[in-house]
Amino acid sequence: MGALLSVRNLTAGYGDTTVLHGLNFELNEGGITAILGANGAGKTTTLRALCGLCKRRGEIEFDGKRIDRLEAEDVVRLGVAHVPDGRGTFAAMTAEENLRLGAYLRRDRNEVAKDFDNIYTMFPRLKERRLQQAGTLSGGEQQMLAIGRALMLRPRLLLLDEPSFGLAPLIVQEIYRTLRAINQQTKVSMLLVEQNATLALDLADHAYLVETGRVVISGDSETVKADETIRRSYLGY
Amino acid sequence: MAEQIKTTTNTSAGQNLSSVPLVKNATAQIQAVPLPRRMTGSRAWGIAAIVIVGALLPFVLQNFYVFQLTLAMVYAIALIGLNMLVGYNGQVSLGHGALYAIGAYIAAILMNSFDWPYWLSVWPAGFVCLVFGYFFGLPALRLSGHYLALASLALAVTTPQVLKHKALEEWTGGFSGIVLSKPEVPFHLPINQDQWIYFFVYAIMLVLFLIAHNLLRGRIGRAMIAIRDQPIAAEAMGINSAVIKTSTFGVSAFYTGVAGALSAIVVQFVSPDSYDFFLSITLLVGIAVGGFATISGAIYGALFILLVPNFAGELSKSAPWAIYGVLLILVMYFLPTGFAGFVRMIGQRLSGMFAR
Amino acid sequence: MDALLHQIFSGIASGGIYAGLALALVMIYQSTGHINFAQGEMAMFSTYIAWELIDYGTPYWGAFFLTVVFAFAAGVAIERLVIRPFHNLPVIALIIVFIGLLVIVNSTASWIFGTTLKTFPSPFPAEPLWNNHYISNHELGSIGIVIVIVAILFAFFRYTALGLAMRAVAENPISSRLVGIRVSWMLALGWGLAAAIGAVSGMLVAPILYLDSSMMGGVLIYSLAGAILGGLDNPWGAAVGGFIIGIMENVLGAYVIGTQLKFSVALIVIVVVLLVRPAGLFGRTVVTRV
Repeated sequence: MGALLSVRNLTAGYGDTTVLHGLNFELNEGGITAILGANGAGKTTTLRALCGLCKRRGEIEFDGKRIDRLEAEDVVRLGVAHVPDGRGTFAAMTAEENLRLGAYLRRDRNEVAKDFDNIYTMFPRLKERRLQQAGTLSGGEQQMLAIGRALMLRPRLLLLDEPSFGLAPLIVQEIYRTLRAINQQTKVSMLLVEQNATLALDLADHAYLVETGRVVISGDSETVKADETIRRSYLGY
Repeated sequence: MAEQIKTTTNTSAGQNLSSVPLVKNATAQIQAVPLPRRMTGSRAWGIAAIVIVGALLPFVLQNFYVFQLTLAMVYAIALIGLNMLVGYNGQVSLGHGALYAIGAYIAAILMNSFDWPYWLSVWPAGFVCLVFGYFFGLPALRLSGHYLALASLALAVTTPQVLKHKALEEWTGGFSGIVLSKPEVPFHLPINQDQWIYFFVYAIMLVLFLIAHNLLRGRIGRAMIAIRDQPIAAEAMGINSAVIKTSTFGVSAFYTGVAGALSAIVVQFVSPDSYDFFLSITLLVGIAVGGFATISGAIYGALFILLVPNFAGELSKSAPWAIYGVLLILVMYFLPTGFAGFVRMIGQRLSGMFAR
Repeated sequence: MDALLHQIFSGIASGGIYAGLALALVMIYQSTGHINFAQGEMAMFSTYIAWELIDYGTPYWGAFFLTVVFAFAAGVAIERLVIRPFHNLPVIALIIVFIGLLVIVNSTASWIFGTTLKTFPSPFPAEPLWNNHYISNHELGSIGIVIVIVAILFAFFRYTALGLAMRAVAENPISSRLVGIRVSWMLALGWGLAAAIGAVSGMLVAPILYLDSSMMGGVLIYSLAGAILGGLDNPWGAAVGGFIIGIMENVLGAYVIGTQLKFSVALIVIVVVLLVRPAGLFGRTVVTRV
């Protein structure tokens, strides 16, 4: 099983500011990889760079194809779904319309209907509130909606930007449980960006620590968890 | 409210809490003009020199040019007023032509129907506009962007109709407007009427510019700019947005009303069709070309809107407007800091060269 | 009583005109989130094109069709060349660009087509239906066409994937890209469709108001008021709003405020609606969690 995603020497930034200074990492198919780091380390920028939402240079290969020159809409078409930080909900539309937009590229009506059912089963609260305006949903519900929308794409790779941000601990646990279930059932690969290292290391099988735009530690989650630096700075013990 | 969702999605601030913009140039160009600069010694001398030159001009130029410059100064006052609201405070008004008209008519009516002296009529005009502006600013608090533009547009379009209305005809002169007499030179000063009017307007302009400068450079000015750039953060910092915004509207209206009154005196004629929607557009062009959120921009902008119709009108009747339109768009794209910003940039380059 | 009926029917006829342009405004708003202040002028310009075609000898419906196509192309071109560079700038800049566009289109029309008033033909038979003296066939036909467009627009935005995608782009372009929507195509399409609808509206107005460069100026204000009243995100609402404004304008103008002050009707409606219920009578009220 070769790497589904491989990133070499990724440089990215906004305007005149460079945030990533030559990032290297890989992700295997079916795996969950976490990118850890403090605020401002460049985690969100990494995900945006993968999608083509910011200026970038370097080599990004997805499923054997180079995607570093593609526009976001085209990266999506290759099977990459991005759950952005802040959820990126279409607040004025209903929850159901949000999910329907996730299925925008798909032509298989029956399968889409099945996916709706699956998502409603996974997130019963969304089903209850499907005709409710998405902007009025709680933070947790919007996060579920954002994940649901990404899943409607039937992606091969799911990018998640700080899914725990601003949410109550119980909700976060629920979401992480669901993420694990999704990975186990559908084998969709996940690249997870998180400030909350404990959560991320419990879910992921591989992790990278990014500091000021460079990878400083990498390995499988057990090793990373045991690492002194990580323990002191990010796990708190 | 429907419009609130639009503003939060147009800036990235509402969507995600990491304030890094996703798109190039998302931090707007209008905000690129920095805060009013400190009054350094050399700047003060420079301004003093310009003031003195300005005072000497009427003695070297022909009457017609003196008249043109006087009109430019009147526009400059109106432009400062509009710039305060749009450039510094970020509230879009397409209706300042209405305020200009109200100022002009009040002064004209005071002089014509009540025999007030011209130098006294200016001030009630200004204050009525201030009150009107303040009260228009109250509902404007709930409107932003497109919606405020829309409401002010409706105001601009309605005003000429009101001015022509039969019920007010006795004072406004209806369609034909009011003809006024030219102010006499007082105290037997050895200058002609055009020169006197020039100095009258010049003095008022200097005072108003000084007030504006102090206002905009101080705490209130910074509060205005804060509200423009980050309204939510400004509130959180303790700035009373509502008070500042309505007051800005009021002061902006005052300046524009005074300008309107002065225009009535300078031109000695008011008529409803001179104050149509296109006047509001002209003023907008003035501050865009002159430079948003600058005071010197008012001068550049005023000269521009005065001179372009003269030159362009020779090409064809509709040419001035086509030029205005094209320039509006080009300026917004290539020179969003306006001419004032351009001058400043040149100044910085030059002083950089000399500093080595 | 007869006089009142006259005013009401007159109002319905005017309302049909306002509703037409209001639909173009709704189209732009639903697809880009902006109010295009230049919509009226664009419609006027398209109508001039139709006039030139007809003057040249093209049969009415042929000219109609060609004009709509021209308007669509022009709308797309304007979006790509003029509006696109300003997408990320603040609202003030955009409003100024719209105003600039308004002025350019208006003055270009005057320059190219001259300032004499032109008559524009109507495709509907001249003899009023049942010989009534309240409403002409053209006015009735116009209302019919407007209603058809409303129904199409409504169904488009509510029930089609493309309509949903356009609404998504207007609301959140970045998230739209993340679901694979080609944002730039949607924006261009929105502008093209709005310009096309505007052209239809212009061609329906011209036989009544006569064609000159100021034809759509007043119409724009009333259409804006109507669209705000009914709800900028609801085609039915905007159309109904247009009709209400038309009736109000005529009835109030005749009996209450006089025909000179009619614009004040628009002003008051706009201000009151925006303050009391910004979504309009039939629009969707959107609540934001800060």
